[in-house]
Amino acid sequence: MTDLHTSTLTELAAGLRARRFSSVELVRACLDRIEASQGTLNAFISVTRDSALREAAAADAALAAGGGGPLTGVPIAHKDLFCTQGVRTSCGSRMLDNFVSPYDATVVARLKAAGAVMVGKTNMDEFAMGSSNETSYYGPVRNPWDTSLVPGGSSGGSAAAVAARLVPAATATDTGGSIRQPAALCGITGIKPTYGRVSRYGMVAFASSLDQGGVLATTAADAALVLREMAGFDVNDSTSVDVPVPDYVAALEQPLGGLKVGVLKEFFDKGLDPKNEERVRESLRVYERLGATLTEVSLPNLPLSVPVYYVVAPAECSSNLARFDGVRFGHRCENPRDLQDLYRRSRAEGFGAEVKRRIMTGTYVLSAGYYDAYYLKAQRVRQLINADFVRAFQSVDVLIGPTTPTPAFALGAKTADPVTMYLNDIYTIGANLAGLPAVSLPCGFVDGLPVGLQIVGPHFSEARVLQAAHAYQRATDWHARVPRGYA
Amino acid sequence: MSGWETVIGLEIHAQLATKSKIFSGSATAYGAPPNAQANLVDLGYPGVLPVLNAEAVRMAVKFGLAMGARIATHSVFARKNYFYPDLPKGYQISQYELPIVAHGSLEILLEDGSAKRIGVTRAHLEEDAGKSLHEGLPGFTGIDLNRAGTPLLEIVSEPDMRSAKEAVAYMKKVHTLVRYLEICDGNMQEGSFRCDANVSVRKAGAEKFGTRAEIKNINSFRFVERAINYEVERQIELIESGGKVVQETRLYDPDKGETRSMRSKEEANDYRYFPDPDLLPVELDAAFIDEVRKSLPELPDQKASRFARDYGLSAYDAGVLTASRELSVYYEDVVRAVPHEAKLSANWVNGELAAALNKENLEITASRVPAERLAGLVARISDQTISGKIAKEVFESMWADGASADQVIESKGLRQITDTSAIEKVIDDVLAKNPGQLADYRSGKDKLFGFFVGQVMKATGGKANPAQLNQLLKKKLGS
Repeated sequence: MTDLHTSTLTELAAGLRARRFSSVELVRACLDRIEASQGTLNAFISVTRDSALREAAAADAALAAGGGGPLTGVPIAHKDLFCTQGVRTSCGSRMLDNFVSPYDATVVARLKAAGAVMVGKTNMDEFAMGSSNETSYYGPVRNPWDTSLVPGGSSGGSAAAVAARLVPAATATDTGGSIRQPAALCGITGIKPTYGRVSRYGMVAFASSLDQGGVLATTAADAALVLREMAGFDVNDSTSVDVPVPDYVAALEQPLGGLKVGVLKEFFDKGLDPKNEERVRESLRVYERLGATLTEVSLPNLPLSVPVYYVVAPAECSSNLARFDGVRFGHRCENPRDLQDLYRRSRAEGFGAEVKRRIMTGTYVLSAGYYDAYYLKAQRVRQLINADFVRAFQSVDVLIGPTTPTPAFALGAKTADPVTMYLNDIYTIGANLAGLPAVSLPCGFVDGLPVGLQIVGPHFSEARVLQAAHAYQRATDWHARVPRGYA
Repeated sequence: MSGWETVIGLEIHAQLATKSKIFSGSATAYGAPPNAQANLVDLGYPGVLPVLNAEAVRMAVKFGLAMGARIATHSVFARKNYFYPDLPKGYQISQYELPIVAHGSLEILLEDGSAKRIGVTRAHLEEDAGKSLHEGLPGFTGIDLNRAGTPLLEIVSEPDMRSAKEAVAYMKKVHTLVRYLEICDGNMQEGSFRCDANVSVRKAGAEKFGTRAEIKNINSFRFVERAINYEVERQIELIESGGKVVQETRLYDPDKGETRSMRSKEEANDYRYFPDPDLLPVELDAAFIDEVRKSLPELPDQKASRFARDYGLSAYDAGVLTASRELSVYYEDVVRAVPHEAKLSANWVNGELAAALNKENLEITASRVPAERLAGLVARISDQTISGKIAKEVFESMWADGASADQVIESKGLRQITDTSAIEKVIDDVLAKNPGQLADYRSGKDKLFGFFVGQVMKATGGKANPAQLNQLLKKKLGS
């Protein structure tokens, strides 16, 4: 029983089916680890012990009866912006501190249907706006590798929880890197699928044209298993795509031989920490040994990703967050004098500084007289970036490079200067702007801190990028390293 | 007011008659208890997403095709951002730069009988907002989101109308069309069909438009006419007394019969429109558009010309009979039973029947005399069982009792007298009883002919066949 937490999700699911241990035992072990870690990591906003144990008992009964789905009895955590019926869905914001969702997000419902047991809701940057998990109303999450450092964001709670082996996998979302950057900084594996691959219904929106739900896990194989269960067309999300979901797990073992890897010139820029670069270059050599061929590829418009993103994302956010007005749900100020006062104070009190900054920026770029210069221009550049990727994928199968410029940084190091913080997403934003699937996986350490390797593929190539990540993990053991104190 | 020209453009909001809302599965029925028809999507809950109702798209395309407009194969929903308690998401989903329908036109009939073409700039799909409630909630404002998300077609005209009467004619034309197409119930009291009027004035012959005022949310034809006339007078008086019209939004107060300022252009919202990233562009292919075209019913104008041609009606009569689909159906039901009396049938539908309906404020579908019975009446006039005059009396009884024409004729003994000897006998009686008048007539007072006709009619209870009576009387009087 003592090694349950270091087993992969795939192993746990198999163990449950073989009835080597019960779901109640496994879930209880997770809950105990979560509670023991809360004081240091603060990875969770809500822990759903009672319902988790109830669901675990039901899972055991189903397994005993020879039933159950692919994830029956497996504990998972949801990022706290997936709506969960009867459970607070806070988005890391005071605005929704009192919000108990009356419905399940499609992702939540699908994982439930596959048998997964939710143990809690993970901490995150407020409304997914941040790269360090420091904008959460519930306080920062700390990196299990070094608690003086940030875990990355915005899915910092999910990443820290998986890295510290509190849960075998957690859901997360990625608007500009919010799955991949914390995966890199916490030394785990994360996939942001193709835009439209996973339903956004019930996923509280930050920037609708960029948001995409995905998975954080310790291995690509685990991510493949969870993604297979949560992906697919949803009539409730008009932007979800009606393309069949391949069996990502079955595709994992296909050989890599002949994989054409594009080495993205723009990813190896002057902002990249030389030690990070070393780890990434070493990883590229691993791919060569596995039979891949490397080609240097250039995406000339990619360096414009960050400015484009910080026009498009705030614009959409300024509109998406208008519904938080103190009228129907969420925070409402005390004794409003009139309607304007209700709006002003409820929003001023309910939202934190970063959210306000983005609402203001977004409102500005959409305003009469500025729309063409900012929003429209940004959308045009976004098309150019997209075209760059399309061109690149005519000659290569995947693009490989670093996930972040540096390993995890200290809490508070970048909070004073938003632009420095934004630049942490410089390598990840491109995939969001173009809607491409991308994986981050651990590829070594710098000064005891994990470094992330990013693999980006063409639309709907999740099977291919997961396969590439899996092959690497078969050849290396970086993904099996556990932070001290959590092994 | 001479020397001034009025310029009017209308924005008509027609609520589409879909069963469910434009972006959610909630019902759209009118009159449900507050918020009984508002689901999580209508309430703008965190995480919910809109899904476009295909039926609303089909209806918009129907309208576009019916007025010869261009149907966009690529149209886009945008967000119109503003804060208001009855707008749950903080934005309204509407079409902005790329509407589904553009460049159409409709023809209206002017009072002098000539036709005028009114351009329709565009028609776009959007969602309606909810309603604020104040009654019975002292110190509070209630919000009813039943209407939030109801599909609307906003139909925007060119500034082509030059009088309140033209504006009303155009509005009626659109009203007729949407009801023919069965895409809107046209119920103005319930707000299913309402309009905003953009009104300006300019010196006759001036090229530039004057500054316009927008009068919001007018929900009856009568109010449109009054509001525009009031506004035109206000603007002219203002300019003539040295003032300037300011661009603003005004509200029509039907109780006071005046418009008053709501907000000026400076106070207007910056709506920060941008394409809604939750919805894909609407892509329509030629096959779909063709299929919708084939499903179009006979349109009012087509029907009016067919009526004029096939039934020998005047343009005016044909226009009246086709002003509503239900009325045209009623008329054709009558004609089907008395095919050789199409013109007489039209006179009856537009005459006695219309008057009776009007008096009780009834729709044609609620007529106390159904089409078959009116046809029965027309048939009795046609076969000379009764005269036109007696027929009016019969109609009144039919309307009051729900009886058939034959029942009324029999029970009241109203059958027309066509027996020559019977009529002759009455004539003889009348002449005998009025020797003085007879002498006067014979000495040249021709006008007394009418007197004798009247006397005979009186004696027969109006039942004498008028043509026969005339002929026989003339013979008797030896003229």
